[in-house]
Amino acid sequence: MTTRIGVVTFPGSLDDVDARRAISLAGAEPVALWHRDRSLHQVDAVVLPGGFSYGDYLRCGAIARFSPVMETVVEQARAGLPVLGICNGFQVLCESHLLPGALTRNDHLHFVCRDQRLRVENADTAWTSDYTEGQEITVPLKNGEGGYVADERTLDELEATGRVVFRYLDVNPNGSRRDIAGITNEAGNVVGLMPHPEHAVEALTGPTTDGLGFFTSVLKKLVTS
Amino acid sequence: MTLDTVKHASDTPDVEQPWAELGLKSDEYDRIREILGRRPTGAELAMYSVMWSEHCSYKSSKIHLKQFGEKAPESDAMLVGIGENAGVVDVGQGYAVTFKVESHNHPSYIEPYQGAATGIGGIVRDILAMGARPVAVMDPLRFGAADHPDTRRVLPGVVAGIGGYGNCLGLPNIGGEVVFDSCYQGNPLVNALCVGVMRHEDIHLAKASGTGNKVILYGARTGGDGIGGVSVLASETFDETGPAKRPAVQVGDPFQEKLLIECTLEVFKEDLVVGIQDLGGAGLSCATSELASAGSGGMRVELDTVPLRDSTLSPEEILMSESQERMCAVVEPDKVDRFLAICEKWDVIATVIGEVTDGDRLEIYWHGEQIVDVPPRTVAHEGPVYERPYARPEWQDALQADDANALPRPSGGDELREQVLRLAGSPNQASKAWITDQYDRYVLGNTVLAQPEDSGMIRIDEETGLGVAVATDGNGRYAKLDPYTGAQLALAESYRNVAATGAKPLAVTDCLNFGSPEDPGAMWQFAEACRGLADACQALGTPVTGGNVSLYNQTGDTAIHPTPVVGVLGVIDDVTRRTPMAFAEEGQLVYLLGDTREELGGSAWSQVIHDHLGGLPPKVDLERERLLAEILISASRDGMIDAAHDLSDGGLVQALTESCLKGGKGARLVVPDGLDPFVFLFSESAGRAIVSVPRSEELRFTDMCGARGLPATRIGVVDGDAIEVQGQFSVSLAELREAHETAIPALLA
Repeated sequence: MTTRIGVVTFPGSLDDVDARRAISLAGAEPVALWHRDRSLHQVDAVVLPGGFSYGDYLRCGAIARFSPVMETVVEQARAGLPVLGICNGFQVLCESHLLPGALTRNDHLHFVCRDQRLRVENADTAWTSDYTEGQEITVPLKNGEGGYVADERTLDELEATGRVVFRYLDVNPNGSRRDIAGITNEAGNVVGLMPHPEHAVEALTGPTTDGLGFFTSVLKKLVTS
Repeated sequence: MTLDTVKHASDTPDVEQPWAELGLKSDEYDRIREILGRRPTGAELAMYSVMWSEHCSYKSSKIHLKQFGEKAPESDAMLVGIGENAGVVDVGQGYAVTFKVESHNHPSYIEPYQGAATGIGGIVRDILAMGARPVAVMDPLRFGAADHPDTRRVLPGVVAGIGGYGNCLGLPNIGGEVVFDSCYQGNPLVNALCVGVMRHEDIHLAKASGTGNKVILYGARTGGDGIGGVSVLASETFDETGPAKRPAVQVGDPFQEKLLIECTLEVFKEDLVVGIQDLGGAGLSCATSELASAGSGGMRVELDTVPLRDSTLSPEEILMSESQERMCAVVEPDKVDRFLAICEKWDVIATVIGEVTDGDRLEIYWHGEQIVDVPPRTVAHEGPVYERPYARPEWQDALQADDANALPRPSGGDELREQVLRLAGSPNQASKAWITDQYDRYVLGNTVLAQPEDSGMIRIDEETGLGVAVATDGNGRYAKLDPYTGAQLALAESYRNVAATGAKPLAVTDCLNFGSPEDPGAMWQFAEACRGLADACQALGTPVTGGNVSLYNQTGDTAIHPTPVVGVLGVIDDVTRRTPMAFAEEGQLVYLLGDTREELGGSAWSQVIHDHLGGLPPKVDLERERLLAEILISASRDGMIDAAHDLSDGGLVQALTESCLKGGKGARLVVPDGLDPFVFLFSESAGRAIVSVPRSEELRFTDMCGARGLPATRIGVVDGDAIEVQGQFSVSLAELREAHETAIPALLA
């Protein structure tokens, strides 16, 4: 049976089509999910894509959190459903309290789009098992509000429990605390990051194909579990 | 205040009307009275004044723009030509592409962020209104001197506005230009280009037909922003006291526009639309009159049904408002419910505001009383046409006599080296990454090439690899020296840029930025540029499909350089065959294609080293441009070259610097026999490119060039980590990179 991975479209989602393409290239079946629809249509995993959901009004991800679809996503994520939040999706996961901390305005105050080198710090999550710990990958980064912040105790706990999944290399592009680019929850099924792995799945259009590993990781996990 | 109804207007012929404040001339006002057989109502006056403004009516430029149609080359690719929201070109496999460039110059000077943002919003809606999904944007920009304090106000705002709107809309920004010159101080040029893709059968036009069909206004509510923006701003010169009309600039909401795009594409998909028009300059006045004018019947609109942001707006203000993110569609009655349901799905407000009638009048009512009753063609398509006097400026001869070829030249290798570095780090030649990194180039996942490549390239079919490439160019310095040649050079460069990436040039869009049409000198520049561009389009077989004219770009008596910005669209059958600009493979051979002459008039060298503008621009040879393009396309398709870069401002050494830095590899060059090293490095002769050829392909490549008669000179090899010109100088990539990449951040960050 084909593995089905849902991609939520909120009003203002922009990288939903790209996420669906990445899922196809990884060999799974992408399923479009709509923000007003509570049902996840029996998907095996969910991607919350990049963009500016609800115009990012109020605060990035703050309104998306209250959409009907997110009620089900939060409930099932707590029960183990693999969920990946990319950029705006990461912001939604933080606003939904599936992940700790928050994303703030880039410290240099500009939107930045660049090919970003990252180090994989945790290769045991649902979305990173196809990488090796310490591996360096390059994927696009593009955000205006990507500075990861949390209180010291939370940061220490994330470090101590191996929940920092990616760290920025070369430059910290947005002022994130401790160069954190992505984190996971305690169970390792929910991962959020600011960079865009779905834009690094084809040599023709991306800087690398390093991003494909996210989608093959979850596919393997779902097929073998 | 009594409502100025049609009846009231007939009864009170002698009421004083503010036609002059609204930008109309007395003979124009008289003509309106003649058309209507009475004085216009306030609402009618508002409509005529905005629609007859320079910006909407092209009254000064029309007689010159005619040439683009009259001289248009035969092209099988044209599906929709000039006059619609945007031209449409057949790119094969059942796909059609629409593209257009427009100006948002005046608003961007007053309010840089919103001016630039709504420039993107407007052009995107033009493309959408043709039935296409917008797939990319580009921004040709011109600012005052890079170190001028006002540039620090205008540029960051413009860049943030383009990014803030385009990024949030989810459209990749794949190219454009950034040029600094003190002539744009006080009159920055903010042009915006959008490309859209559709299937042939999805082309939509702006017309209202079918009696009883409903007129639906959808998108944002109408507010007080941008009222009179068109007539007062775009058609008036800034005076010394500076602009004081801030409220006339519109405010954009990209989130609303994103919803409008998705919603509109869904109503197209279900075939719910007879005709469609976006609301841009002149707002509802423009949309209703153009739809009615192009259709077969008349139109009746109940203006009080328009959803408002500000309930105190008068009917005149509602008609003139340029609130963003609005569209107007004509829908058959039995499809209205479905149309409204799709709008509701996307949280887009939609209201039936009127219907198509069997008459030939545009009638607008306000709470049951008639306030507009006009023949729509007289508003939209039969505005005034002027034959403005024009004359070659007196100073033109002296300017051309001030020969740049006579300027003092570097005396040896050390001085050449120093000037190469100065050029690489000068604002116009330096890397623009600090600017373009504020734009999302990845979204939608089809960007094959983006800035600083010669052209932006987008894949449009994932199965077949079909793609399109777009470049924009325009050198105001060349055009100032000779507007006829300058316009041709703009086209030639853009055409060459498209071909350099491996795509076949098909069609042209242009944004003609000039000074005041009331100045005979500026008008001569405009007339010459139009003539030059139309002749060159004919010679290259690339028709103009549409574009925009921006006049009155001057402060007091000082106009900008005449700046025709030319966009060329090309098609490539398989985007995997694209040619990038980076010299990345050591050992590959560097060939110079084309002839190098002693041509320094208007050059970057003359500007950077001598702060000089004079002489004649490089010569144009369009047959050569066509041959060069054919060779570049063949070489790309057959895998004979791995990289190509067009030669333009800064000449060979600047192009080589860019290709080497992009690929991270150096090059060793030998000056060809018979060429002076300085001319070899800095001349800006047109019709040239450099290519990187794998050794295994050398024979095949040179044979092809030889057989077709294109001069191809082996000038060196990709090697090492420096650019070395034998017997002259060597400069390390690290030093070049430092100069090239730190200049713009140092000035602006």
